[in-house]
Amino acid sequence: MLVAKPGLDGHDVGAKVVALALRDAGFEVIYTGLKKTPEEIVRIAEQEDVDVIGLSILSGSHLHLCEKVEALLEARELKDKLFIVGGNVPKGDHERLRKLGVDGVFATGSRTDSIVSFIRERRERTR
Amino acid sequence: MKENDGPVVPLFPLINESGIEVKPLYTAEDLAASGGEGGIGRPGEFPFTRGIHELMYRKRPWTMRQYAGFGTPEETNERFRFLIENGQTGLNVAFDLPTQMGLSSDDPLAEGEVGRVGMAVDTLEDFEIAFDGIDLDEITVSLTINGSAVTLMAMYFALAERRGYDLARLRGTAQNDILKEFVGRGTWIFPVEPSIRLVGDTIEYCAEKVPRYSPVSVCGYHIRESGASPVQEMAYAFLIAKAYIDHVLARGLTVDDFASRLSFNFDIHGNLFEQVAKFRAGRRLWARIVREEYGARDPQSGWMRMIAGGGGGGLTIEEPENNIIRGAYYALVSALSGTQTMALCCYDEAYTIPSEKASRLSLRTMQILMEEIGLCDTVDPLGGSYYVETLTNQMEEKIRAVMEGVDGSGGIVRAIAEGRIQAAVSRQAYENVKKLERAEIRKVGVNCCRTDEEEKEHPIELHAFREEDCRRQIERLDRVRSERDGGEVERALGKLHENARAGSNVMPAVIEAVKAYATVGEVTGRLVDVYGRFREPILF
Repeated sequence: MLVAKPGLDGHDVGAKVVALALRDAGFEVIYTGLKKTPEEIVRIAEQEDVDVIGLSILSGSHLHLCEKVEALLEARELKDKLFIVGGNVPKGDHERLRKLGVDGVFATGSRTDSIVSFIRERRERTR
Repeated sequence: MKENDGPVVPLFPLINESGIEVKPLYTAEDLAASGGEGGIGRPGEFPFTRGIHELMYRKRPWTMRQYAGFGTPEETNERFRFLIENGQTGLNVAFDLPTQMGLSSDDPLAEGEVGRVGMAVDTLEDFEIAFDGIDLDEITVSLTINGSAVTLMAMYFALAERRGYDLARLRGTAQNDILKEFVGRGTWIFPVEPSIRLVGDTIEYCAEKVPRYSPVSVCGYHIRESGASPVQEMAYAFLIAKAYIDHVLARGLTVDDFASRLSFNFDIHGNLFEQVAKFRAGRRLWARIVREEYGARDPQSGWMRMIAGGGGGGLTIEEPENNIIRGAYYALVSALSGTQTMALCCYDEAYTIPSEKASRLSLRTMQILMEEIGLCDTVDPLGGSYYVETLTNQMEEKIRAVMEGVDGSGGIVRAIAEGRIQAAVSRQAYENVKKLERAEIRKVGVNCCRTDEEEKEHPIELHAFREEDCRRQIERLDRVRSERDGGEVERALGKLHENARAGSNVMPAVIEAVKAYATVGEVTGRLVDVYGRFREPILF
């Protein structure tokens, strides 16, 4: 699983907390660190052959960044990867993100166990 | 709510966030056992436990300084004027992420971020617009800028000078605490060592040319928001402040040349008494450090001047209107703690850039405290309480112990460069999340006392991000670039590059460059050529 911080936003507490929770739940977690471009994130996902890509975005630029990541995943035929997003995403944008191709949206305040069980269920289904 | 739904408070043991056991009752014996009354003293006198001024708010109430800025400089100017008309007494400027990262608005990395979380600034012209009609003598301005602080401070000084203010009398503050950016908030650009050098350049420059300006506001705030306890918040902030002092002393200045202009930015959420004791203990410890370790003679050198604000970390996305009440208590703590400046995160801040309504509510909250309930009448009203004084003694001891621990394992600069402080606070943040999820930490509206009915859309007015602001900003940048004297810009940037290479103070060259309308991106670029970029250690 890849936890990534795209864009210029430097708020990484949530990303690290989710990374730690997933590691506790038995996942192998790679964290990119701050300020990665969509290109860098997709490249790391491809190189490390992760099953799940999780973006953490708190600056409000989630639509813009997710659109870019989704386009890159399509172009590189990486659509089999589970694509999830966390951060302060307003409710009105959840549907728009799903339409863009994001599989799960976990807004600020989501429980870590709900993220873990979502990933487990979706991976079960695709196996 | 049924009666048995109320909070279950265990009698023993009750340990506060700082790891101190809280007793059901405090008496003179507890105070004596914790070190006694020797350190209390009088306000305005060393060690300043009760306040840095003799009369505190009786003479001058706290400054109210809400964080504001978004979109273009024109829109930001409008919000500034709105806040000032409503009685705000200082400005706290929010910059967008490209500006904070030292990028111009037309940089490919800035795409989608221009004007989003703060005001976009490319050249001095943007400052001229943003501060138009605002008297810089009457309203003190705080610039929330770190990675690119040299450029934005230079713009502020250039603006003030052009508008006829005397730099020798100019007041104001820059956040400019880069070390905490490596721990939390993340707007670092250069590696750790040159980053400290740049902070040193601003301190040295201000000591000489802008002596009433506060060039650095050392932030425990963001470290606490990243997961640190109240004790660690103070300890890490003091260690960072000491790192800047040590650096500047090595340049040949004496501590009394600049220490009185260092200020602090701290966080308020959590237990009321623990926070009040944290600030009283911090004030005393800082005064002692500056006198005992650095030999300061000027008592002002050891003043822990602070902005203490209601922290976003205490607010919740659930039932957002509860945050209005939380903010009021945080402001109360701030006033009871003898703050110089107060700010509150707005109730809608977990969702959006605060609306006018939310900003005004925060301002009104602070004004109600100031005007209606007697908080300005008496200095340090909790002083002498067995509980608060005991806790103050205990907190001082704990802060000192954390500081000694870090010093003993190679010092704060190394710990930050290696990512050790970051990893420690993230693990604590994770532990706190687990406690919240298990309801061991109670949070009203989140894990207790919550409305069970399906939550309707929250009554929050979302701030609209406008693509056209970005286009306007880039158009202005293009125009400024075409109108300026390119040769003058190039000469100034060349000088900057030379000075950075030679290790001399870059501030005069940056000021020359911004006066010639060099962009934020151009100044940063020249510094990156010399200093390189920080490579983040990935530890979590």
